[in-house]
Amino acid sequence: MAAPTTKTPMMKVALYEGAGSEELSAVDRGAILKSLLEKGVAISCIRPGRSVTPPPGGQLLVLGRFNEAKPNEAEGENGVTVRFRDIAGLSVDQVGKIVDEVRGGTPAKPWKPWFPVIDYQRCTNCMQCLSFCLFDVYGAPGGKIGVENPANCKTDCPACSRVCPEVAILFPKYKAGPINGDEVREADISREKMKIDISALLGGDIYAALRQRSTDAKARFSKERDEKRAIAERKACLTKLQQTLQEALDIPAEVMNALPSMDMIKAKAAAAATANS
Amino acid sequence: MPDNARILYCHCAYAKVVPDEVKNDVLRRLAESGVAFDAVADLCELSAKRDPALNQLVEGVGPGNELRIAACYPRAVKWLFNAAKVPWPEGLEVVNMRVEQAEPIVQILLNGRPTDQPAPPEEEPAAV
Ligand code: SF4
Ligand code: SF4
Repeated sequence: MAAPTTKTPMMKVALYEGAGSEELSAVDRGAILKSLLEKGVAISCIRPGRSVTPPPGGQLLVLGRFNEAKPNEAEGENGVTVRFRDIAGLSVDQVGKIVDEVRGGTPAKPWKPWFPVIDYQRCTNCMQCLSFCLFDVYGAPGGKIGVENPANCKTDCPACSRVCPEVAILFPKYKAGPINGDEVREADISREKMKIDISALLGGDIYAALRQRSTDAKARFSKERDEKRAIAERKACLTKLQQTLQEALDIPAEVMNALPSMDMIKAKAAAAATANS
Repeated sequence: MPDNARILYCHCAYAKVVPDEVKNDVLRRLAESGVAFDAVADLCELSAKRDPALNQLVEGVGPGNELRIAACYPRAVKWLFNAAKVPWPEGLEVVNMRVEQAEPIVQILLNGRPTDQPAPPEEEPAAV
């Protein structure tokens, strides 16, 4: 599965407030947690009697106001490196710097985790999503549809959820239900169907129709003597195009240009059918 | 907090879908309560990376060993775990920070869902 990767080893932070350490104030605890979560770090708040499971093969950074000596570094089970850092008297920023130092390596490029998630209670394995998506987000190893390359998905584009006849594709970070994971109601099913019908109304293939409009606008542009007027017209056309996309399918305009044509969809569907036969 | 219930908080760090005031208030209240809990920056990211941390989080969860998750829609969280090939055991309770308020969320995380307020039922696939 192609997914965003980080060059740094997996790290977990434990904010330790058990035996051999002093308790943090609620305000400090909250501020440290928030700041580390915003750095993308997973944290366990350890209280007396609670242990932490270290990440296999990774590193565990234990932060605390220790009142007994701790080794800087120790070997844990399953090849886990355990590091201890005393944070007594440190500001939230200084704690953040310690985490950055221990984490080392190149911080992963920020990636908004945007990818389709399949609700297999609804999915009928019809493969429409696989045929539709040109970016190979979907695959069907062993004949079962799955999301194989989530990082290939175009951020903020929920287009494939529109072609799923079962409303089985979720984007948890989408703004509205049922695509965001909210319950699926009968009305939602009809509405999703209606959206597909809208594309049919626009000539059977909304993308082809919209692309044609874009091409027409470009053609007009090349013929136009009055450049300013042509630019204004093209802008208006693109705005209209964007509005149509927004209203009909909620697909960002820049994503639309990369979407497959009807012929490409058919070719992918045929290839998928052959592969699974 | 009764029995062995554990708490997992998702900060939904890479999008604005969970209202800031709700997630920050939930985090603050959890920090103030002094309970032990796990917090992750973004469950979606862990799912996309099929991070083994997700497996660890549900280890040992079952009847009598609940895991209460503060995140978003239960259906989304359930299938995010599935996408990462992590089983969804009995004893998982998801509280939705997209629609609920901080105070009742924290009450459920700390004390469990009141019996007169059952969790939303498992979705029955609607007929097409
Ligand atoms: S289009 Fe929907 S029902 Fe068909 S395989 Fe994809 S997720 Fe499943
Ligand atoms: S699981 Fe829900 S709350 Fe958590 S990061 Fe994903 S969308 Fe946000």
